Amino acid sequence: MSLTGYVVVSLLLFMIGLAGVLVRRNFIIILMSVELMLNAANLNLVAFSYYLHDMAGQMAALFIIAIAAGEAAVGLAIIIVVFRGKIATNVDQINLLKW
Amino acid sequence: MIADLFFYYFAAATIVSALLTVALRNPVQCGLALLSVLAHMAGFFVLLNAEFIAAIQIIVYAGAILILYLFVIMLLNLKTEEHILHPRWPLMFGFIVIAAGELLILLLASPLAGTMGVTPPDAVADIGHSEAIGLKLFSTYLLQFEIIGVFLLGAVIGAIVLAKSAQSAPQK
Repeated sequence: MSLTGYVVVSLLLFMIGLAGVLVRRNFIIILMSVELMLNAANLNLVAFSYYLHDMAGQMAALFIIAIAAGEAAVGLAIIIVVFRGKIATNVDQINLLKW
Repeated sequence: MIADLFFYYFAAATIVSALLTVALRNPVQCGLALLSVLAHMAGFFVLLNAEFIAAIQIIVYAGAILILYLFVIMLLNLKTEEHILHPRWPLMFGFIVIAAGELLILLLASPLAGTMGVTPPDAVADIGHSEAIGLKLFSTYLLQFEIIGVFLLGAVIGAIVLAKSAQSAPQK
């Protein structure tokens, strides 16, 4: 399979994730969509790493997986705070910081 | 030939599962669709001769992160809402479709090439993928590796502090 195939799949996944972030109202689904976007970036990096014979892309993919783990932990903690305090049930109801 | 077949299978499975992740109503079902995305993504990594990344994908993503998501979903007992979509979703969706189409056209029209690196996949396969990754990670990328360690420590402490303060604070 050529590099273009991988990049097209990665683009479609990224766009689906972006659509999820913009269109859905549920916190957890939005975080899951962010994970989708991170995964799309990973696929892109590893594909380029394979076709350009360089390990740097795979290193970046490893670091992205670590960042995703941290992001999930902090994001889910924030979600728990927001739900426990009965502040909101959907993202568009969190507007305390809105100017 | 057979690798192409696998590629098409993984591509179809990831994209359908990703659509389900975004479109399904019940968060638990969305989580399971995300699991399918992550597992098929590991298949892509195996096709690209990156076995170590595939293993990490399964262990860390599917094994740890996704379980965290499912724990939180079940802990919070999220009920399925009537209006799952943002009020102005057609606008957003139109933007996404236009942006995706434009990027696709740009992508298919452009030659994808760059400077070739020094580690062809055959050389990596010779010493084993984990070893190749390890050699790189603990020499060239040592500083970044340490920074990731500090970052994860900070993230864990932050998560604990956030979750604890919610318990002690008076409920509104």
